[in-house]
Amino acid sequence: MTSYALFLGCTIPARQPHYELAARKALTKLGIDLVDLEGATCCAPPPIQSIDLETSLAIAAYNICLAEEADLNILTLCTGCFESLTIANRLLKEKRELREKINKILSNTGKEFKGTKEVRHYLQVLINDVGVNRLKQNVAKPLNNLKVAAFSGCHLLRPSELLRFDDPERPCIFDTLIEALGAKSIPYKNKLRCCGGLLRGYADDVALAIARDKIVNAYNAGADCISTLCPFCFLTLDLGQMLIKATYKEEYNMPIIHYAELLSLSLGVEPKELALDFHKIKVDKVLEKIG
Amino acid sequence: MAEEKPLDFTREITSRLGGETITRCYQCGTCASTCPVARITERYNPRQLIRLALLGQRDEVLKGDTIWLCASCYNCQERCPQKVEVADVIYALRNMAIQEGNIPAIYMEFASGLMGEGRLAPISKFLEKKRAEYGLPPLKPANIEALRKILAATGFDKIMFKKEGACP
Repeated sequence: MTSYALFLGCTIPARQPHYELAARKALTKLGIDLVDLEGATCCAPPPIQSIDLETSLAIAAYNICLAEEADLNILTLCTGCFESLTIANRLLKEKRELREKINKILSNTGKEFKGTKEVRHYLQVLINDVGVNRLKQNVAKPLNNLKVAAFSGCHLLRPSELLRFDDPERPCIFDTLIEALGAKSIPYKNKLRCCGGLLRGYADDVALAIARDKIVNAYNAGADCISTLCPFCFLTLDLGQMLIKATYKEEYNMPIIHYAELLSLSLGVEPKELALDFHKIKVDKVLEKIG
Repeated sequence: MAEEKPLDFTREITSRLGGETITRCYQCGTCASTCPVARITERYNPRQLIRLALLGQRDEVLKGDTIWLCASCYNCQERCPQKVEVADVIYALRNMAIQEGNIPAIYMEFASGLMGEGRLAPISKFLEKKRAEYGLPPLKPANIEALRKILAATGFDKIMFKKEGACP
C-alpha cells in the first residue's frame, strides 16, 4: 500500500465535503493510504501570493516541512494547493539563496525545509501509482459513454515549467483517466481556458462572463457534464449557473461534477454514499445516464 | 551607443521576487491576445500594463484597477516568446501596491482569514456536523501560532495594517 500525506487545503474540507468524501472513498478502494497531517495551514494560493510572494513561499514551505517530518510525499486534491506547494517545493529545491532566505523565516517555527519530498496531484497518483490498466480493472460500473467536458483548471497545467504535470497546450492525462472509467472525454471550444474564478470578489461581472463562456462551450458541444478537479472552478461553474440565470436570464442545467465523484461512482460507490446534495446544479441526469 | 539608465521603477520591480523578467518584454502582444480577461473587458490589457510599468508610470500602475484584473491563469506566461513571467510580474506589482497601502477589500478579507484561522475558508458548525454525518474525520486545526510567527518574520502582519483602520 502506498501512503501519502493528504493535503486538504481550505476550501474542500470546509465547503466541498462531497469532493473530499469521494476522493477518500475512491483512493482507499484503489489501495492508496491517506494520512492526515497535523497542523497544516492554508497553502498560500494566488490571493495570498498577491499580497506577498515571500510570505506565501514560507507558508507553503512550512506545510511541506510537515510532510518531510512525517516522511511522506504530499497528495493534493485541490489544483490550487498543487500549484502553490509544487512551485515552492521546486523553487526551494533548486535555488539555494531563496531556500536559505525562507529557512531563516521558518527557523522561528523550529522548521527547516530540506527538499526531501515530492508534491503530487491525485491524478498523478492514479496514473503513476495505480496505473490506467489497474484502474480499468477496478471499474465495477463503467460510465456508459457519458459525454464529459474535461476541465482541469489552470493551475494543474500552468506554469508548466515548474508544475511539469502534462503538455500545457495538448494535455492528455485527465482525458485518459476519464476514458478509463468508460466515459468519453469530448472536445469543446476553448477547453484549456480559465474559468475566471480568481476574479470573483473583485470583478464579479468579468468573472461571470468568463464562466458563462465555459458553460456555453461545453453545452454547445453536447456535454452531459463538466468534470472538474479544482474547488474554485467547481464553485465558479456550479454556483455560477445560478448567477448566470439571474444576470443573463439563461439556464443551462449543466451538471458540474468533480472527477473524484465520477471515479467513485465507476468503482461501484452508491450515489447515496456520496454527498451529492452539495451540488447546486443537480446531477440526476448524469446518474440516469450511467444507470 | 550608450545604454539608457533603467528607470527607478523598473529597477524596483526587477529587484523583487516575481518581477525579475519584466525588462525582456518587446511588446509583441502575445499576452493580450491569449488573455481570457482582455477578451471580455477593455479595462485589462497585460501588454499595456507592462509598457506602462517600463515607462515608469508608477502611480497609474500601483494605484489603478488594472493589476487586480489578472485572473492568474498563466496563459500569457506560458506563451510569451520572451519568457517574461507576466503573471509573476503582476504578483510583484500587487505586492508593491499593497505595501503602499493600496489593497482591495477582498484581499483584506483573504488576509484576515489567514491571520485569524490559518485558513481562507473557516469551517462552520453546520459543515462540522455534515462531515460527521458523512463519516469524514474532524478537520484538524491549523497551527496558527507557527503561522503567526511566519507572518511576523516577513512583516506580512504589518503590511496589512498600512491601510488605515481597515484591519481588524
